[in-house]
Amino acid sequence: MNAPVPADRLAAAASTAAASTAAASTAAASTAGVPPAAAAPRGDGILVDRLSVTYPNGMTAVRDASFALDPGTICALVGVNGSGKSTVFKAIMGFVRPSAGTVRLTGLPVPQALKRNIVAYVPQSEEVDWNFPVLVEDVVMMGRYGHMNLLRVASRDDRRKVDAALERVGMTAFRRRQIGELSGGQKKRVFLARALAQEGRIILLDEPFTGVDVTTEAAIVALLRDLRDAGHVMLVSTHNLGSVPDFCDQVVLLDRTVLAAGPTAAVFTRANLERTFGGVLRNFSLGGAALHADADADRRSLTVLTDDERPLVLYGDDAGRDADGPDAADAAGRDDERRR
Amino acid sequence: MDTLVAELLIPFGYDYMRKAMWVSALVGGTCAFLSAYLMLKGWSLMGDALGHAIVPGVAVAAIAGAPFAAGAFAAGLLASLAMHVVRQKSRLREDAVIGLVFTTLFALGLLIASLRPTAVSIQTIVLGNILAIADEDVVQVAVIAAVSLAVMAVVWKDMMVTFFDEAHARSIGIRVGALKVVFFTLLSACTVAALQAVGACLVIAMVVTPGATAYLLADRFGRLVAIAVALGTTTSAVGAYLSYFLDGATGGVIVTLQTVLFGLAFVFAPKHGVLAARRRRAATLEATP
Repeated sequence: MNAPVPADRLAAAASTAAASTAAASTAAASTAGVPPAAAAPRGDGILVDRLSVTYPNGMTAVRDASFALDPGTICALVGVNGSGKSTVFKAIMGFVRPSAGTVRLTGLPVPQALKRNIVAYVPQSEEVDWNFPVLVEDVVMMGRYGHMNLLRVASRDDRRKVDAALERVGMTAFRRRQIGELSGGQKKRVFLARALAQEGRIILLDEPFTGVDVTTEAAIVALLRDLRDAGHVMLVSTHNLGSVPDFCDQVVLLDRTVLAAGPTAAVFTRANLERTFGGVLRNFSLGGAALHADADADRRSLTVLTDDERPLVLYGDDAGRDADGPDAADAAGRDDERRR
Repeated sequence: MDTLVAELLIPFGYDYMRKAMWVSALVGGTCAFLSAYLMLKGWSLMGDALGHAIVPGVAVAAIAGAPFAAGAFAAGLLASLAMHVVRQKSRLREDAVIGLVFTTLFALGLLIASLRPTAVSIQTIVLGNILAIADEDVVQVAVIAAVSLAVMAVVWKDMMVTFFDEAHARSIGIRVGALKVVFFTLLSACTVAALQAVGACLVIAMVVTPGATAYLLADRFGRLVAIAVALGTTTSAVGAYLSYFLDGATGGVIVTLQTVLFGLAFVFAPKHGVLAARRRRAATLEATP
């Protein structure tokens, strides 16, 4: 079932990409003197301003939600089912009209942004009809439709971009397959390739890690980092708490409104997560004598937070009260990966 | 030998047979085009519902001396509206709503027709009568088919994206709502056209079977449409031709032909047929003893 051909190649790509981004970001930080996250985002990528959405049946799914993301950001959208994640997505894509507030995409109102092909959407696997008679390359070509004329006739440039997108996600060998014949990870990559071919500045990803093997997950993360460095904005709806500190610069915590939004290190904390998930979150905390021989001297504790997928592991002096720096959580995430 | 050929060419010597064949082919091809979309979305029953729901409109039009299409269209609109209202205001499931509305309208149509038996022939409505189609109806059908094919030729890819992934369609600026209205308008119009060819009861076959057969034979949407249209066109033309010899109802012959082809595809399709699946299973069993 695992990705047959490009497993090792993808893994290699993932690690080099990760290394290069790390180098790039440290370089940027040292030259600028302040880490980029220190400046408050102005919302040049996505600006959601006091957004409220009420459905025709009278249910208010989101009330007074605000957050701002600049180009070159990966942002996690975290919250329980029914917290309004999909409503925020729908508002960004113009499916629902805000009852109050505004959404601006690269400074443009939503309808104009859609006309200019600014938003690409990577759907949840459950939303896709996998029996639909389309080949992998047909799906990726759909990403180019917004750039074509009325009859949607592909130009040489369109074909070249489809080829490049397929190559980039390692799906060239599968381009003539009907989409239902792929594994979970391959299916995800097809739709990522479509988003690449579309060349939208804003990419919305709905649960990109569900039903995906570890190799593909690493490959997706590497790809998102590349796109971030190229100035794209990515909003990722996810239940996969453990991977959030791995690759997200920003986090928006949602429970019918925005509970907290900002840099991962500041926002993705135990206190905030407990507020977001209430009793839904599974939570294990080890400390004192259970964890350390000299319980009095060693105040460090281990905390495991999990929604329903990869857990968030916090370890250190503050682990019981607060999240560690992203590096510690990152390391914890790697450990977790190895265990699996 | 010559006599056999002469015998086979007889239908082409009659004006009404030639007309029946090309009109059927046109209707069959157009309906088949739409069937490719309809069956993929799980909306096949909508075709059936429309076919039955337009009957009262046709009956009233026949009594009033108005064109078939106008009455049918009004009834189709009424049906869609009724389904929408019942669905919004109740907790009934979609299939129950469709079943409720279309049988009610069909019953109403039969009632109207039976009250004025001299003006409307129930048999014509239910079974169609392509062999005796009037010239103005031919024009009507031809216009419907030409317009439908022209529109679809332009929007077929947009329509495919909309049916496959509505969110993506919106994100690239396709006006999804408008496109769906276009689709159902064309579907209603083609149902009216098909009604004349095969009758209200068999309309559903025209808007489902060719697409379903092609689905078993193709993995790409463009090819699926091409196969469906080819099947719809040929079965309709050949069906009309054969009905001359069989002396049977044209609609019955056309739909039987389509079903035979579906059966063949179901068993022998190279990839999605029953036999192919069995071969694959056997191959896997052999490969992993």
